[in-house]
Amino acid sequence: MAQMKTKPNGPVAAAFLAAGIGTFALGLFTTGAAAFDGVASALRWSTPVGPLSGKSTLAVIVWLAAWVVLGPLWRTREVRFASIYRWTLVLVALGLLLTFPPFFEAFE
Amino acid sequence: MALGARELWTVVHGLVLGTLFLLAFAGGFAGFYSLRPEWVTVVGIRERLRRLLAGSWVMALVAWLTVITGTWIVYPWYRAGDPSSPRSTLLADPGTAGWHRFGMEWKEHVAWVAPILATAVAFAVTYYREDMAHRQDVRRAALVLFTIAFLTAGIAGIFGAFINKVAPIR
Repeated sequence: MAQMKTKPNGPVAAAFLAAGIGTFALGLFTTGAAAFDGVASALRWSTPVGPLSGKSTLAVIVWLAAWVVLGPLWRTREVRFASIYRWTLVLVALGLLLTFPPFFEAFE
Repeated sequence: MALGARELWTVVHGLVLGTLFLLAFAGGFAGFYSLRPEWVTVVGIRERLRRLLAGSWVMALVAWLTVITGTWIVYPWYRAGDPSSPRSTLLADPGTAGWHRFGMEWKEHVAWVAPILATAVAFAVTYYREDMAHRQDVRRAALVLFTIAFLTAGIAGIFGAFINKVAPIR
């Protein structure tokens, strides 16, 4: 079925890609903290919560920052949605892999 | 018959918010799946859109509340340094250490994926509204991300329930 002309897809593509970037960032911080004691210490923003406090908060900051940058950039644009969506899925898959204990514990 | 503050927060985090999350996902998923112009009339699309908007935003909001209460209220009790904390109890026995080393380590991280993806999907629904029915590429992509959000929360929820059974927070 042909796509009907609707609003530009840029804002939604930006939201999806930013979510992928945020998920990937969460994975990077998780594996980074497992691999390097210095990273784990730097991410221990709260003593009772431990490094999870920094990992989760920073991932949310990266996600929001990516959205704040990409959103206005693509606000009025019709982008190649299929390609952006593929990149989003790749980033989400990498993020999930990097938060999977058998994977990140291999770096401990 | 009484619950302490810790037990109450565990119930709110796992049972109350978890049930709301499941309900919101079911409503949102049905809304996404059936939002096709060849299946429904214009009036039908509007009716489904209401359910989809409610389902996607409730799911995003509940996912945020779940990870925030889980990380900042319940988790510190779980990982407290004293020998009676659930983490210490699990790690003290090689037969239960896997619940922490695999279950909790996975749960505490993967849960944070759910609100991020659910919020992106809720934004897409709000942005396109009725037009979502005519953007099949976006609808399909949103449905996949919505389902991944649900699965990641599901992993966290299932491990949370089992871990709280093996080593309850008291």
